[in-house]
Amino acid sequence: MSEETLKIPTMAELSAEGKSPEILFWVGCAGSYDDRYKAVTRAMIRILNKANINFAVLGTEESCTGDPARRAGDEFTFQMQAAMNIEVLNNYNIKNIVTACPHCFNTLKNEYPELGGNYDVIHHSQYLQKLINEGKVKFGGGEFKGKRITYHDSCYLGRANDIYEAPREVLEKLDAELVEMKRCKSKGLCCGAGGAQMFKDAEKGKKEVNIERAEEAVAARPDYVAVGCPFCMTMMGDGIKHFNKEKEIKVLDLSEFIVGAQDL
Amino acid sequence: MKQLEIFTSLFQIMFFVTALLVTAGVIFMRYKYIRRNIELGKEWKAAHNPSERLKLMILIAFGQKKMFARPFVGLMHLVIYAGFLLINIEVLEIVIDGITGQHRIFAPLLGSTVYQILIGFFELLAFGVLATCVIFLIRRNVVKVERFDKPEMKGWAHLDANLILVFEIILMFFLFTMNATDSILQMRAMDLANGIDVINNVDAAHYGVFENNPVRFLVSQTLIPLYDGLTTTQLVLLERGAWWFHIMGILGFAIYVTYSKHLHIFLAFPNVYFTRLKPTGEMNNMDSITKEVQITMGTLESDANAADDEIPSFGAKDVTDLTWRNILDAYTCTQCGRCTDVCPANMTGKKLSPRKIVMNVRQRADEIGERMDEMGEYYKPDDKMLYGDYVTKEELMACTSCNACVDACPVNINPLEPILEMRRYVAMEEADVPDAWKAMLTNVGNNGAPWAFAPTERFKWADELKNGNQ
Repeated sequence: MSEETLKIPTMAELSAEGKSPEILFWVGCAGSYDDRYKAVTRAMIRILNKANINFAVLGTEESCTGDPARRAGDEFTFQMQAAMNIEVLNNYNIKNIVTACPHCFNTLKNEYPELGGNYDVIHHSQYLQKLINEGKVKFGGGEFKGKRITYHDSCYLGRANDIYEAPREVLEKLDAELVEMKRCKSKGLCCGAGGAQMFKDAEKGKKEVNIERAEEAVAARPDYVAVGCPFCMTMMGDGIKHFNKEKEIKVLDLSEFIVGAQDL
Repeated sequence: MKQLEIFTSLFQIMFFVTALLVTAGVIFMRYKYIRRNIELGKEWKAAHNPSERLKLMILIAFGQKKMFARPFVGLMHLVIYAGFLLINIEVLEIVIDGITGQHRIFAPLLGSTVYQILIGFFELLAFGVLATCVIFLIRRNVVKVERFDKPEMKGWAHLDANLILVFEIILMFFLFTMNATDSILQMRAMDLANGIDVINNVDAAHYGVFENNPVRFLVSQTLIPLYDGLTTTQLVLLERGAWWFHIMGILGFAIYVTYSKHLHIFLAFPNVYFTRLKPTGEMNNMDSITKEVQITMGTLESDANAADDEIPSFGAKDVTDLTWRNILDAYTCTQCGRCTDVCPANMTGKKLSPRKIVMNVRQRADEIGERMDEMGEYYKPDDKMLYGDYVTKEELMACTSCNACVDACPVNINPLEPILEMRRYVAMEEADVPDAWKAMLTNVGNNGAPWAFAPTERFKWADELKNGNQ
């Protein structure tokens, strides 16, 4: 293990040295605070280190993009967040942003330009695909070789931004068997947490959305459910637990597969 | 016989032309009414990318691309659609015949063989339409396909769908009856010309358009045995009757459509043309808020005169707060329910149904439009609203904004936009979002995260990683 050598440079540090990074890694709130999802942030840091990427994070200067506020209808809170984030990003003259959160991705990429924040934003699935294609990240099947993996499409990556292939291409490199759920790609079923639903109880119904989705995932008989979104990870994890399948079926982020296969 | 001829050639023409003009007049009034209702909505500009829009219209509206997401239903719909488009060529002939008092005016122009093949092809389509309508009736009323059986599909929505299908079946039946009786009359006209006056009285000049080559058509000839025993007078009555019922039925149908969910046969085209071309995940920016935020941030001088301006309202409480494109969407909706079928909230038993929201927008626009017409210059808004009187908070709060409804609509209706606009109203005008959201919004505003963590803790994960706490 190589914890000692891991570098996590902040924009403030680089800026003080008069340097600018190739990419900014936008960690997001879940990546910063959610215990389970912090592992994804760590995985990304390991990959970026291993691939010798000149990156930086904002650290304490990062703030919520405002996505949940906007979806909940509170445009004022959203735009205040956007204005503050854009000020920080523009001050550092940021050009390229990578983020593992599809909600941050969608907001930064599609909704910030109208407010004066123009960046080249890509989701970590696309970025990982790029690093693999460039040969900067290499891995074989490792522990995932021959295992069944099903990928759950996030709405904010798939339908909202038409990204269906990049996550699958990353998973294909694992030498595993990719199985699709009944509803996938543009027909994929929401995990139930988008549109700020993550932050409140669901309305009265006969079922929770994540249970409906997890049922479909279980039906695909995978060893792993692959996700590319913090909300999806929580919802799918809870759903799998609901069916008492958490021992047989693990929910992992795309980056965690790479780290696992590389034994980083 | 002479009197009948005068009747057919003069009275019928007058009656037909009047019916045509009345239909055109009513449709024009309906067009104006619907257009005015759509324009109740706020401005929305679609000036950019006409070529991309045209392409979308050709692929999705004309080419029915998205209908084939469900291949079997897509195919059946295509049969009705193709029937509707192509049988109109025959209707054109009927209309010209009606105006000029001719009979099958295209026949001598095309020659009997080509004409027979053409009408035969239309009859095949017509049979397809008839068969499909029967299947659709069974799907709706016997098999009870789930999406046609939701709460919002009771009453008029249910009746409207069935009426249309029965209407189409009757129209096709008249078409076949007209062609079958016509074939018999042609044969009798030929017999008469050849001196074989088996059964008398046939108007040879009228029905003998094929001279010595009477035609039978592909499907309707199977009905010939049914009518063969009738006298010529009965046949003429039946043929004329079927002709009149068919064309009057079509004119009536054209008017009915403007009151029905079947308006999609016209509005699908402009509606797809005016598709929102942004990524579906991108919410519309509220410029009034941008200004306010800039003033708060000190990047924009507050305009002292602006104080006198009307205070803008946020989000949508009524259809007049939506854009005209949202209302066009609503008039285009044919209530197929593909949106509701894929809605995660709906499929898990929540009250939200994207289709219902879209139907509500049309109902409310109609309500305002009718009131405007009734009251004329004395028009005063009623005290009803889209949000509250039609759509409840519970429905709105259940949306995950996953865009499945937007993706599923075969004619690019966007049910999500009105939902999110109404949420804006709930959040900003009423400050009435669920308590958990209130806490989340406070956290975002105060801590820069939806959870109650201190901003200073945001980078702690890095320490954990550096310390090797995997």
